[in-house]
Amino acid sequence: MSQSYNRGLIEDFGRWKEFSAGMWAWIFHKFTGWMLIGYLFTHIAVLSTSISAAGESTDVIEAQNDIYSTTLQGLEGLFLIRLLEIGLLAVAVFHILNGLRLLMVDLGIGLESQDKSFYASLVLTGAITVASVPTFLTGVGI
Amino acid sequence: MAERYSSFTPGGTGWFLQRVTAAFLVVVLAFHFFLLHFVNHAYEVSFMGTQARMENIGYFLTMVLFLVTAAFHGVNGVYNALVNQGLEGTQKKVVLAVLTIAGVGLVAQGTYVALTMSGMI
Repeated sequence: MSQSYNRGLIEDFGRWKEFSAGMWAWIFHKFTGWMLIGYLFTHIAVLSTSISAAGESTDVIEAQNDIYSTTLQGLEGLFLIRLLEIGLLAVAVFHILNGLRLLMVDLGIGLESQDKSFYASLVLTGAITVASVPTFLTGVGI
Repeated sequence: MAERYSSFTPGGTGWFLQRVTAAFLVVVLAFHFFLLHFVNHAYEVSFMGTQARMENIGYFLTMVLFLVTAAFHGVNGVYNALVNQGLEGTQKKVVLAVLTIAGVGLVAQGTYVALTMSGMI
């Protein structure tokens, strides 16, 4: 005999103390997903400087004085942007690793280890992010 | 069997496409980060360098497909997250319309940008 329960709203964040590993994985995946799609709009907006750059002379482009090169290199000269890039890397790596975990769950592979694979995603994200810090901070001062 | 709480319907087109795009994006997003932060460095990116990469038709097509799949995966993900949050009725239809317009606009602008980078226009 089956029983039905009123579990309330699916994502009632007020109940966060009751969340299991799987629920946290779901919420982190959603949060990182929001960040990534938000970033994609910003990314295309910044890269749109290529529309003006394409109309500039070859000399200007070769000297990297076109609007695209100066905008991107100007942004990369900011320490804050480098920090945000490290944040973006962490968000993207977690979303990729947890996404692989979700594909496995969908395929019914390793269901009994889904909590462990979430913790593994977190640890691996931390390790990859920390290891990437020197590369992301190359050539920038505070 | 436990109740399902996801608004995705297993076997549905949206559910399937979300997973197909995910499998593609896992590879291409990792490649994109690796190429532009570890092989090349973001602070060295110039229009000339971007043009050189985008003139390769295989790279150009991969980047356009990357844009289309990422826009679909992101917008569809946001829509389903909002449906999970309890979005219904007219609000649901309005949100779907706004997100569809935003997604199509993003792909259109991004494709235009890619064409200028490749020197095709």
